[in-house]
Amino acid sequence: MADPGAKNILEAVQVRKEFGGLIAVNDVDFVIPQGSIVSLIGPNGAGKTTFFNILTGVYKPTAGGVIFDGAPISGLPPHKVTALGMARTFQNIRLFHNMTALENVLVAMHSRIKGGVWRSIFRTPALKREEQGARERARELLAFSGLPGREDAYAKNLSYGDQRRLEVARALASEPQLLLLDEPSAGMNPEETANFTEFVSTLRAEHDITVLLIEHDMRVVMGISDRVTVLDYGEKIAEGLPKEIQHDERVIEAYLGTAATA
Amino acid sequence: MSGEAGQQAPKASRPRATTSSWRASWRRYRREHRWLRWAIPLAIIVLAFSYPWWGLEGPLSFIFNDGLGIDNDTLFNMSVYVMLALGLNVVVGYAGLLDLGYVAFFALGAYTLGWFGSGLFSTRDIHFLDTNATRLPGIHLSFWAVVILAGAVCAFAGVLIGWPTLRLRGDYLAIVTLGFGEIIPDVFRNGDSIAGHNLTGGVRGVTQLDRPGFGDTLHNATGGILPVRYNSLELRPWFWTILVMMLITIFVNLRLRDSKLGRAWIAVREDEIAASAMGVPLMRTKLWAYAIGAIFGGFAGAVYGSFINGIFPTGFSFQISVIVLVMVIVGGMGNIWGVIAGAMLVSWLNFRGLDKIGEWINGGIPGSGNDIAIAKYKFGIFGGLLVIMMLFRPEGLIPSSRRKAEFAEGEGTATLYDVRT
Repeated sequence: MADPGAKNILEAVQVRKEFGGLIAVNDVDFVIPQGSIVSLIGPNGAGKTTFFNILTGVYKPTAGGVIFDGAPISGLPPHKVTALGMARTFQNIRLFHNMTALENVLVAMHSRIKGGVWRSIFRTPALKREEQGARERARELLAFSGLPGREDAYAKNLSYGDQRRLEVARALASEPQLLLLDEPSAGMNPEETANFTEFVSTLRAEHDITVLLIEHDMRVVMGISDRVTVLDYGEKIAEGLPKEIQHDERVIEAYLGTAATA
Repeated sequence: MSGEAGQQAPKASRPRATTSSWRASWRRYRREHRWLRWAIPLAIIVLAFSYPWWGLEGPLSFIFNDGLGIDNDTLFNMSVYVMLALGLNVVVGYAGLLDLGYVAFFALGAYTLGWFGSGLFSTRDIHFLDTNATRLPGIHLSFWAVVILAGAVCAFAGVLIGWPTLRLRGDYLAIVTLGFGEIIPDVFRNGDSIAGHNLTGGVRGVTQLDRPGFGDTLHNATGGILPVRYNSLELRPWFWTILVMMLITIFVNLRLRDSKLGRAWIAVREDEIAASAMGVPLMRTKLWAYAIGAIFGGFAGAVYGSFINGIFPTGFSFQISVIVLVMVIVGGMGNIWGVIAGAMLVSWLNFRGLDKIGEWINGGIPGSGNDIAIAKYKFGIFGGLLVIMMLFRPEGLIPSSRRKAEFAEGEGTATLYDVRT
């Protein structure tokens, strides 16, 4: 589905991240074509989440750069990256637990609504309209993400699956062009996983959102990805169509190991 | 005004077994009777403003004035502390930034009055709508202008102090703010000779400060209701003034709590990494909290300085920071009504209550020798109070529902692992 002529929404060039002596990400080149679903896989500790954190601005790369939508973003703080149109979920759910589902979503609209201290204190008509609109949209997003009627539940009281859904709803609230999902199906049962896979496809089809997925569940990866990139010990060891990756020797070795490294 | 007012409406519902259904039916009653939304606050405001007629003198004075010792002075001090606690509530309660140096802004507000409303700079002769009887030497701006100026100066100082310190987290922030709280009174103490200029009056402080007033024109226009200038014999206008400022503080607190900024504060308190990934600029958000807290500290400082008619560096000790923090914690962080209740309770204990309790004990317990000076054990008692609170009701007297939820969290729900932050 990824049209080879499409422009790349994200390009990472020779990205490198060192923590002291440890090289977590080793000169990785990586592109995400607009409108595609790209997966990033690799064994535990391969540097996937670190790479994610570099893309979203949590870490500054030691070397190399990231270009998003034509503009360099490495070194920008996370909130600016989000404002440019990149949103993410977290591997270990990081919701605002003592806020309601609706409030969680509203927080993520931060860079999309104007607010303003004076306007908030005097609650001007324009601000009221804006707040109303934001709440309306937040409700729609919650319903779209499979949480209708749960607006006023505290995030921590939601079930695990609902918390995952809320994370996605929250990420969508920032109106991203590119959505980064960090192991979204972790802890889901096969049925939930299937629903989720469907949901991600809908996102792309109906909302024109490009998706980068870190995932361990190979059924998800092979089912929806246009391209797959494999990291191992911080290095990119393979890249290509899902079919190619399944038969790539280095990938099989990285996952299953050889006698020497097992 | 949430469920805590539930006991005030006995007619609202049939008595139920549990408090939660009480609250639910009260909430339903309020939904059905929209007028309660403004009627209850209005009743409380009227009650507060009329205190001089029913509490200081009049029908209930034997309880409030004689029994509890809430006289004019105590009343004013309590109101000042309520305002300080509400200001600190924005910083600590909403944004979750532990500030141990809040007294710095209280002091700065008072000194702003010293600069723009006293004879400190006696070689200058600048006047703007001041209400003094004669044209005094020095800089004398209208008191109300000085109050606003005090807020502005404190907001600026808040941003200045916050810029480097708010990058720190948790304990580190507490330690640095504690440092600033200690430094600022010291700066005022030694500010009597900065490059040859006397900017603060040094240890002798600043005295003979301007008082609030409305001037002859407004006095005559309102038929004598608004005083030309406040004095130290008629103390009620002072109380009403600080009450109005308190209401403004409450109003701003409430409005901001429910705004985009308020949500961002809570999000930052909950999880900085997630908040910033959702587009919340951390520094800006924290600086706003710090600056807004500072503004209210400045307002309170200016009025307080004028009331006691003297500003001394020793008057702004670390103890004040601690006491205001105790008020916020005892009352219930993040809940305005809790913070007000906590501030009233703790400031009453601080100014009169402990003396009064001492009197009761000495008078009431035979053989106590009439010489137990309870007030001397003040900080021991406050420390003990804080420990007891932390053990039995860590969420405060009247917690916000959010805080209550936080403290109800079991260990099992704590995150076990975390990305490096």
